[in-house]
Amino acid sequence: MVSFYGTPVASRLMLGTAQYPSPKVLSEAFRRSGAGIATVSVRREAAAGEGADFWALVRDLGVRLLPNTAGCHSAREAVTTARMARELFDTDWIKLEVIGHADTLQPDPWGLVEAAAILCAEGFKVFPYTTEDLVLAERLLDAGCEVLMPWGAPIGTGLGLANRYGLRALRAQFPDVPLVVDAGLGRPSQAAEAMEMGYDAVLLNTAVAKAEDPAAMAEGFARAVEAGRLGFEAGAMEPRDMAAPSTPLIGKAFLA
Amino acid sequence: MKIMVNGTPQEVTATTLAEALSALGRDGETVATALNEEFVPVGARAATPIAPGDRIEIVAPRQGG
Repeated sequence: MVSFYGTPVASRLMLGTAQYPSPKVLSEAFRRSGAGIATVSVRREAAAGEGADFWALVRDLGVRLLPNTAGCHSAREAVTTARMARELFDTDWIKLEVIGHADTLQPDPWGLVEAAAILCAEGFKVFPYTTEDLVLAERLLDAGCEVLMPWGAPIGTGLGLANRYGLRALRAQFPDVPLVVDAGLGRPSQAAEAMEMGYDAVLLNTAVAKAEDPAAMAEGFARAVEAGRLGFEAGAMEPRDMAAPSTPLIGKAFLA
Repeated sequence: MKIMVNGTPQEVTATTLAEALSALGRDGETVATALNEEFVPVGARAATPIAPGDRIEIVAPRQGG
């Protein structure tokens, strides 16, 4: 079973709570996904008590909550958001996002490390949304992070694993660090591929929420994650260029 | 006095953050607060003075990815 900061989690699928057509569909998608972790956010309260219904809904999901700092563009902003999220959701887990580029939503490496160091020192269990950059990964681990969450592709694109070489290198470089492909996945096959590469989990939202049938897609991803993980644990054969018959040649009847 | 609440000017009669939230009817259980971009824990609101022009952020749980 995969563990994050010493907490075992039954499922290797982590699911976001945004963009579903209705709260009912959200709940059904979570039920069929089997996800053990749900990402949530904090936003300005426009009217008194407006967050209460959503809070009740996510508590009923029976999963662990992972609040994010989505939309933050500076370390300071992300740290304040994380502190508010810790009180609001009563958890020291935080998905740390410090965005550095508007079009790609690429993390700002400097801001990310700065915020991670502050939050880890305050006792947060930081899940940094990062890139596949090996040096940045090392800096985040030095800051106190015990999990890394590299992007598959930019958030919301559904492009899958845009840099397979980089993701393979990251996995090889940090064999003992829990690694989660976060963002960019659009199809179950892409999640399976990440798991076959040895990633410990995947985190996605849009691919399920924006599917024609979110609940069915949630189950599709759940099965893909399990299939990919089994494929990794089983140890895949090496590919080769030339054909090799699988049926033995010895004993074949001479009929020519 | 006039303060900013979630980016909107508001007129309140209050000396502390807790009083301001109460006066605004925004002192529910599902909010977290920041004053001038610094987080203020729920237990510290009553001892946190506010001044004209202060910026208060009131946030609540929301869907996220």
